[in-house]
Amino acid sequence: MDLDLSFYNWALFTSYLQKGLIFSIQLTVIATIGGIIVGTMLALMRLSGKPWLVMPATIYVNTMRSIPLVMVILWFFLLIPLMIGKPIGINLSAIITFIAFEAAFFSEIVRAGIQSIPRGQVYAGQALGMSYAQNMRLVVLPQAFRNMIPVFMTQTIILFQDTSLVYAIGAYDLLKGFEIAGKNFGRPIETYLLAAVTYFLICFTLSRIVRRIQQKVAIIR
Amino acid sequence: MTLDWSVFCKDTLTGEAAPRCFSFLFGMDPNADPTYLDWLFTAWGWTLSVAGLSLVLALLMGVMIGTLRTLPPTNLLNKVFAFLGTVWVELFRNIPLLVQVFLWYHVVPAFFPVMKSFPSYLLVSIALGLFTSARIAEQVRAGIQSLPSGQRNAAIALGMTTTQSYRYVILPMGLRIIIPPLTSECMNLVKNSSVAFAVSVPELTLFAMQAQEETSRGIEIYLAVTGLYVISAFSVNRIMAWIEKKSRVPGFIAPSASGSH
Amino acid sequence: MIELQHISKWYGQFQVLTDCSTTIKKGEVVVICGPSGSGKSTLIKTINALEPFQEGELIVNGIRLHDPKTDLPKLRAKVGMVFQHFELFPHLSVMENLTIAQIKVLNRSLEDAKQHGLKYLERVGLLEQKDKFPGQLSGGQQQRVAIARALCMDPMVMLFDEPTSALDPEMVGEVLDVMVKLAQEGMTMCVVTHEMGFAKKVSHRVIFMDKGIIVEDCSRDEFFGNPDARSPRAKDFLSKILAD
Repeated sequence: MDLDLSFYNWALFTSYLQKGLIFSIQLTVIATIGGIIVGTMLALMRLSGKPWLVMPATIYVNTMRSIPLVMVILWFFLLIPLMIGKPIGINLSAIITFIAFEAAFFSEIVRAGIQSIPRGQVYAGQALGMSYAQNMRLVVLPQAFRNMIPVFMTQTIILFQDTSLVYAIGAYDLLKGFEIAGKNFGRPIETYLLAAVTYFLICFTLSRIVRRIQQKVAIIR
Repeated sequence: MTLDWSVFCKDTLTGEAAPRCFSFLFGMDPNADPTYLDWLFTAWGWTLSVAGLSLVLALLMGVMIGTLRTLPPTNLLNKVFAFLGTVWVELFRNIPLLVQVFLWYHVVPAFFPVMKSFPSYLLVSIALGLFTSARIAEQVRAGIQSLPSGQRNAAIALGMTTTQSYRYVILPMGLRIIIPPLTSECMNLVKNSSVAFAVSVPELTLFAMQAQEETSRGIEIYLAVTGLYVISAFSVNRIMAWIEKKSRVPGFIAPSASGSH
Repeated sequence: MIELQHISKWYGQFQVLTDCSTTIKKGEVVVICGPSGSGKSTLIKTINALEPFQEGELIVNGIRLHDPKTDLPKLRAKVGMVFQHFELFPHLSVMENLTIAQIKVLNRSLEDAKQHGLKYLERVGLLEQKDKFPGQLSGGQQQRVAIARALCMDPMVMLFDEPTSALDPEMVGEVLDVMVKLAQEGMTMCVVTHEMGFAKKVSHRVIFMDKGIIVEDCSRDEFFGNPDARSPRAKDFLSKILAD
């Protein structure tokens, strides 16, 4: 069994992988930011206590969590063109899908984070005369978000891994870049191996960073 | 938008309506062409098979590796085992599942030629099983570490060896404690089996892609497939709930061990 | 029977035991007392090798603990230990708790193990609970079962690590009664405890520890009867405890 890695050089990177890596990173970043924003809204809806807010949010979150991600990707790719009346680009469909999907997971993280803030903090805010919105904005959310940063980052690493599933609709992400490179050079074995090593190095490094940050960021009570 | 469910009774080869919706699947008419309904349920069978096979592998390896990571670092062998366990977990957690599937399908058989004759569903099951085993290992580790240290001490004080203490004291309670996170992991496994489409295993997701192309009735097809995934995950949930009930220890309130994400 | 010679132990940089030496003779009841963090729990756990130590020698009935060739599980089977938090195995019934080590460690038959179990269960007064699970018993009952479990192994010495500290006050008595009976029957016992009444009643010797050092090691009568001859730290401790 001989591996020939001689073809792996900068030219390969710029011609095949760069485009894919950029899209994977774009997708991860946009889905994280969008997912946190929408997820926070969903979490607040679920915690509001008003049935007309709680029900739709709960249904949304539970639905997204019960369906395989590949199916969600296929669903959005099918439905969005039907709803807007014209075809949609693969990349844009992927972005919208991931924001919508990750929002469900981020909302669970935000919900748990808010609920982990001791009730005493909420009472203190109320005793000072704050409204619900002020309490949330000035007391609860700042503390909750600071606690949640390591969990957000872990979720982002998982998100980055999940972006490889856009393979299902043929999007050009990092994995696709490796695959096409492998086909063009006739060396699929080396490229899939390199793909695994690359993803491993990225994710492992990020998870080490998260562990480092976890120790620094926690609020000491 | 109206839904046309009759697509399921269409013949997959000719595209016309078939006399019965379930043609050959349940032995009604072995000579008939399969309908989309037949195909749907065959695909479901493949999904459940891949999931089942992966689950067995994931549980066996996961419990073993998770246990190895909790061994007390009293001698060199234990430290080596613990390190190997850490390597295992980090390796399978930091590579996307799809990439792992491709590794087992393209790369590993090149190193072990005997695997070239393995069918693709077996390779996918290995990939999915080992991927999930790393996550289960972490949950087992968390469960064992949430037990009061006195339990291990009490077992050892009675003269049990390390192996005996794990077998009779630590694992029975540790595994009971992690049934909740284990349940969601099993449900994840059923969902993750969808990745088998990438190596042409004829399971539900591949069916969804192909049937949608053929019939252009994407919504109905996707709804049926989604419904079956939801039913499968829900069944797993109910089975685990039954297991939890059967294994409950009278009078014991478990310390909560939240499995890692 | 038990000899500790110059035992020292460190957790990383922190020294928890410093040059501890003492002997426990057959049939003796030795009480170890002292403030929290004095190392008394750690010391008693070195006797059955639950806690390793870096310096010193420990000999139990001729077996050298610091010798790497020693078969520790075999030794531990003969040294009984009762823990502060009882540590019954929650997934096993009382009877199974009593028999599991007898069967798996001592290789007794199931019948033999059950006979032993019933005998000691009756000794601690809990025969009717034999099929219950630990979660269904009170703290005092659990601790008495734990004592029976240790006795089932027919140990040559019984170690007690703060056996009553985790109990509600009303249950302390029932456990102490069992321990007093054991002492009167001639069992060699080493007990870490705050219960000075028990110490006064049945102990032969009292060891007082502070910050990992054995400060006092004298007979019971000397310890309680002659407080002025004791070191200032021990005197201070005694005055606070006995004043309540």
